[in-house]
Amino acid sequence: MKPAPFVYVRAASVEHALEVLAEHGDDALVLAGGQSLVPMLNLRLVQPAVVLDINALHGLATIESHTAGGLRLGALVRHREIAVDPLVAACAPLLRAAAPWIAHPAVRHRGTLGGSLALGDPAAEWPACAVALDATIRLASRTGGERCVAAESFFHGLYRSDRRGDELLVGCDLAQASHDSVFSFRELARRHGDYAAVGLAVSACGRPGAWRTLRLVFFGIGDTPIRATACGEALAAGAGLAEARAQLEAELEPRADLWFSAQAKRHLAVHLLREAWRDLGHPDTGE
Amino acid sequence: MSSAPANRDGTDLRARAIGQSTVRAEARRFVTGAGAYVDDLPAHRLLHAAFLRSPVAHGTIVKLDLAPALRMEGVVAAYDGEALAPHCQPVRGLLAHLADMQAALQWPLARDRVRWVGEPVALVIAESRALAEDAAQAIAFEWAELPPLVDPRLALEPDAPRLHAELDSNLMFAATVATANVEQAFAQAGTVVELAMRTERVTAMALEPRGLLAQWDAAQHRLTVHMGTQVPWMMQAVFAGVLGIGCDQVRVVAADTGGSFGSKIHCYGDESAVAVAAKRLGRPVRYVADRLEAFVSDVHARGHEAVVRAAVDADGRLTAFEVDDLCGAGPFSIYPRGSVNESRHVLGLTGACYRATEYRARIRVAMQTMAIYGQYRGVGHPLACLFTEAAVDAAARQLGIDPLAFRRRNLVPDDAYPHRAPSGARFERLSLCACLDELARLMGYDRLRADQRERAADHERGAHQGVYRGIGLAVFVENSNHSSANYGRGGAPIASRDGAMVRLTQGGGIQCAVGLTDSGQGVTTAMAQIAADAVGASIVDIRVFMGDTEHTPVSGGNWGSRGTGISGEALWQAGIALRAQLVAAAAALHACSPDALELVDGTFLRRDDRACVCTLQALADAIYFRPERFPRGFQPEPAAQRHYAQTEYDGIYTNGASASWVEVDTRTGFIKVLGHWIVDDCGTVINPLLLDEQLRGAAVQGIGQALFEGCLYGNQGELRNATLADYLVPMAAEMPDIHVGHVTTPTATSALGAKGGAEAGITGALASVVNAINDALAPLGAQVLELPVTPERVLRAIGAIHDPAP
Repeated sequence: MKPAPFVYVRAASVEHALEVLAEHGDDALVLAGGQSLVPMLNLRLVQPAVVLDINALHGLATIESHTAGGLRLGALVRHREIAVDPLVAACAPLLRAAAPWIAHPAVRHRGTLGGSLALGDPAAEWPACAVALDATIRLASRTGGERCVAAESFFHGLYRSDRRGDELLVGCDLAQASHDSVFSFRELARRHGDYAAVGLAVSACGRPGAWRTLRLVFFGIGDTPIRATACGEALAAGAGLAEARAQLEAELEPRADLWFSAQAKRHLAVHLLREAWRDLGHPDTGE
Repeated sequence: MSSAPANRDGTDLRARAIGQSTVRAEARRFVTGAGAYVDDLPAHRLLHAAFLRSPVAHGTIVKLDLAPALRMEGVVAAYDGEALAPHCQPVRGLLAHLADMQAALQWPLARDRVRWVGEPVALVIAESRALAEDAAQAIAFEWAELPPLVDPRLALEPDAPRLHAELDSNLMFAATVATANVEQAFAQAGTVVELAMRTERVTAMALEPRGLLAQWDAAQHRLTVHMGTQVPWMMQAVFAGVLGIGCDQVRVVAADTGGSFGSKIHCYGDESAVAVAAKRLGRPVRYVADRLEAFVSDVHARGHEAVVRAAVDADGRLTAFEVDDLCGAGPFSIYPRGSVNESRHVLGLTGACYRATEYRARIRVAMQTMAIYGQYRGVGHPLACLFTEAAVDAAARQLGIDPLAFRRRNLVPDDAYPHRAPSGARFERLSLCACLDELARLMGYDRLRADQRERAADHERGAHQGVYRGIGLAVFVENSNHSSANYGRGGAPIASRDGAMVRLTQGGGIQCAVGLTDSGQGVTTAMAQIAADAVGASIVDIRVFMGDTEHTPVSGGNWGSRGTGISGEALWQAGIALRAQLVAAAAALHACSPDALELVDGTFLRRDDRACVCTLQALADAIYFRPERFPRGFQPEPAAQRHYAQTEYDGIYTNGASASWVEVDTRTGFIKVLGHWIVDDCGTVINPLLLDEQLRGAAVQGIGQALFEGCLYGNQGELRNATLADYLVPMAAEMPDIHVGHVTTPTATSALGAKGGAEAGITGALASVVNAINDALAPLGAQVLELPVTPERVLRAIGAIHDPAP
């Protein structure tokens, strides 16, 4: 279980990293926290020509207030920092709620936000939260400068995203939560720290029965984070749980994994919807 | 509740070290990173091995070109099955006393055909493991696919493709047993329950994978192998056989071993190939399996389908059991133990704890294209317990009798020994009823039942909707202290007589040598405790040396809960002998009668006034440096060696009972184990701390098999979850507190009275967890009879999801 030979490059600056990516494109893989990449290298599931280590790019490891009042998270921010950062707690409490569900403490101390978003594991927490929060993902390249992509358009398929081979994911911007923002984060995993069998991240503004926005994003059920649009629209329009559930069952097409069939995933997704319904402050209908 | 050993020879045995929760002195090395596992061992001019393994379950080798690998940087040699064959002997995993068993010859590397995903096909030797892996990847390997044989039922169909041309079917072994009136018992029963059960294959998943460092000394014509192993003496014979050299030309040293659980007691083709390569190349070669290799090449275990029936008469008395068991054991029978022992335990022990006198059993073991099958902690005992106890609970439920009361009514009573089960299994002395009573007390059985009733009442009131709690009990037996009945008689080179050597060092300490190994369970400390009491020395002065065929007496090794019971008894006897020799020497030195002296805690005391005559240190000084101080002609003997084999029973059965308390969330199918209890009777307890932790660790593995673990094969015979992200080993956060109690019934077959305790924790755990789940689901009229009990299976059992499983 040793990786195939590769050239190791430690980026000295973002510009340097972008040079390397411009030269090697998809033949280079970016090493951030390494919590997914290193096992994949060792299993020879990936055999890149170049491994580009960005851990020295300290400028990407910051959490700061965005000029527009939101939150700017650098790609190298570790999961653990998100879990304990007061700015995150104030501006994006969904992230704080989700962070403890990511793997185990050792992984949370190494793994990064940018790595998780760039890999886009469909059962991981950050991609789903990013879509639920309508986050903006920032990508940089030598030729194109910086461009922004809405998280919802970023994840294209299983481990496929909008990032081009010459681009580095440098961070993620979030809008400031409004005074009536609420959220729910629910996850079912067989063991503490496992990837979700089914998970649900919800972000909403307004109040039960009168939501201005409501974004329900499931993870662990498809190739990407799955936004339950019809269900969310029904809830925003004041629908009850039964109708929301019917919408959800109609729109979800879960994909089975090793331990859960599609039927079981759909059943569990409905269960999480019920839990989230309560989390958002809806009355307990006893259903 | 341990007691001092009852001794037959009248020596004062007021235990001082035995029975104490002595912490492991050797643990300091491990926790400070000073352990020396195979991968840590230095060797001059060391080479590294990597294997090309079959990616398909069944195929004919069409092309296998090593040349591209041989051209690569750092590569010293490469071998395929044909290249290796002239330099080694194949093995055949047969036990000679099993008349109806058949097994194919197995070479270290595949020849002509591959028969499971992970079978070693080629070996590359290079200057580093990474270079060896690069080269293995470059080997040109082409094959023509043959139909995979996954379902053992299909493998046994008359028209199924034969896995081995030399065998006339894919049936490795079949056996039956039936009592005269079993048919009648079922016909006349007031109640008959029948359960169709299925268990997924699992694998031991030791923290440290298998590994070895093989060195050939051409000058001495000798092979030395350092390896993570439970059985250095068996491996000596195995390597000698594979290389076609004498046993005494092989030295096997057990390195520090990071867990074993039955996975390190076999002849693996990859290890044999490394030994052959080391001999061919004249340079040391190391191979340590990585985790992926561990998944596809370590023995798998416990994948069975069984139909079990129990008959109960009108008085609520069990009258008969029946089991029909089918197991798929991979393409070869693992050498030298064979791959059929699990099924034989099912045959021998289903229903054996109960008074039912009628019994019928059939076992069949099929060959198929999945990983080789072998022993895993508890072997077939947990399955026999699962099948029996699930049926017992089902019968109690059908009769409306409390499962604890039903067991008390039906267990073999504690005064009925020796007892012979209808299958023929013989039990020296068990305490099934005492263990069950102690279990009920320890767990607070009545309190838990009251809690369960309160929950049911809450449901009526609308609270705790969908969350059900259940209690599961299991009573079990577990073999230990084996005689030669199986392996010796079957022709397997596995000793059943163990030796122990004890000597006084020149520094006044006591040095012990036993052929056992320690895989981390702490048997080293248990041995030191036994030696301390036997000799009369302080435990801090005891040094125990183990697991080296060059420097220790013969031992069958550490498996089957035999280490403490067999090697421990040999050490006890050697220690008693040395004590007498040392007392005689001290008496000669001080011109008194040996009867006037005793040796206590390293000091010779006069029996009359308890005055100190001398210390072990002073005696050692006199023996080694001042022989002239002894009377003329007196030669003190500062060393003793004894051997012990248990020959009165096939094995000395231990017994116990376990209980689980679970919560099933029927909304999600998720299960939480709230509590687990074990009461075990392993005879004399040497070290309660180590024993309790062994019981807990084993219980965790049992809970793991009940809820989480499973080797998931696809229909092409591919292992779909060969990583620790997808194969769910039990983790601490999901484990309940595990409470341990003891009943102590020493075996009369040894002076020490110790039986084994290493496997008891796992033996009852599968059954008690499954019974607890089905107790919880009983109000819904549902049950789950497939392991692991996943959320998916719970949801299907209660009808929450209906569509056919994918």
